[in-house]
Amino acid sequence: MKLIVNGIEQDVASPPLTPLLHVLRDELDITSPKAGCQQGGCGTCTVLVDGEPRRSCLTALAAVDGAEITTLEGLGGPDSLSPVQAAFYNHYAAQCGFCTPGMILAASHLIESHGRPLERDEVLEGLSGHYCRCTGYVKIVDAVLAASRGEATEIEDLPVAVPGEPEVQPKGSPA
Amino acid sequence: MTDQVLVPTSADEAVSLYGSGEGLTVFAGGTILLPEIATGKLRPERALMLHKAGLDTIRTENGRTVIGAMVPVAALVDHPIDLLAQTARHVADAEVRRNATVGGNICAPPGPDAQRGDLAAPLMALGARVRSAGAGGERTEPIEDFLAGDRSGRLVLEVELDDVERRTAAAGLRRRHAHSYAVAAVVGAVRVDGSDLRLAAAGVAPTAVRLRAVEESRDAGDVLRDVQPVDDAVASAAYRSSILPKLVREVLDRLELK
Repeated sequence: MKLIVNGIEQDVASPPLTPLLHVLRDELDITSPKAGCQQGGCGTCTVLVDGEPRRSCLTALAAVDGAEITTLEGLGGPDSLSPVQAAFYNHYAAQCGFCTPGMILAASHLIESHGRPLERDEVLEGLSGHYCRCTGYVKIVDAVLAASRGEATEIEDLPVAVPGEPEVQPKGSPA
Repeated sequence: MTDQVLVPTSADEAVSLYGSGEGLTVFAGGTILLPEIATGKLRPERALMLHKAGLDTIRTENGRTVIGAMVPVAALVDHPIDLLAQTARHVADAEVRRNATVGGNICAPPGPDAQRGDLAAPLMALGARVRSAGAGGERTEPIEDFLAGDRSGRLVLEVELDDVERRTAAAGLRRRHAHSYAVAAVVGAVRVDGSDLRLAAAGVAPTAVRLRAVEESRDAGDVLRDVQPVDDAVASAAYRSSILPKLVREVLDRLELK
């Protein structure tokens, strides 16, 4: 079977009833989709299938044979953050970060498919299947609202860890 | 591991591969089955996957709306049949609804902690019929008969509804949580001339139940003659028994039956 993951065609050998989540993580080593509850209830495994957010733990490989899959890695990297990724950074929307990939992918689709700035209630409804067990919802919703308003997302001091060099302190962290 | 995975590419092929359904696990959206397979709780020897079998369109023909078994629940959220749309909006969340299917929702057995299959109640109230295949060939029957019968050897193909103008109403109780199953839900529909009242309850018993005694008497108190609520992790039978008559009364009031 075949998947187009973040624009790259991949032949995959997992059995047809393998959850897409495990194909991505275990066969393709793409680890942004998280194995949370693995029964559809938490949203951490969300990926885009042909542009629409779906739970990769509930999606059988055979059911998406040939589909385009976008994971967080496909949205943008450290030097090319997508507007939603940048908004999450600017608004301190990640705490432990486990729910962040699913939140960002779902929020990106929510904003794109909406076509106008979102109201807070619309974000709450749109992300209602995504849990943040750090309970950092206020900042997550703020970030999504800011991204939906198209707020400037320039990031000048994004810390990028360079192998061999001391880790850069994130913006705003204690010295 | 599953030995054989069948992926028919048309409805006819699905029906012929299904045969009598013996030894076959039907895989629709996977929202219930896939976690059970992934954790080894379910080990299907042969699986029939329906995602390429067609059956995923909603069409209007000869005064009927026909909904394929593989139509995702997400496709009902904005459907003009308001009672269906309203119920679909309460099924899980937007992402799960893209996988969940109408056929799967109808066939979902009760889970270990909760009753499932909310869509069957509005379909019952709207007089829906289920077209299914299996041993003895195809048949079309009212959804309440389909649910009451032995469904183990039936493959749901479509659900059909007559396009009749009806007043509809729904009342339900659920926890404030996207994935919480209903504590209890009651829906009703009646033709605009006041005839053909149909009421159904979901979330209170292993399948949705038509409330025939209440339809007859129009007395909400009769609901406990129609259904014996069950205990599960979502609510107790005693609690469900106490709120059901209130929900039925609310639906009857909203249908303005006089």
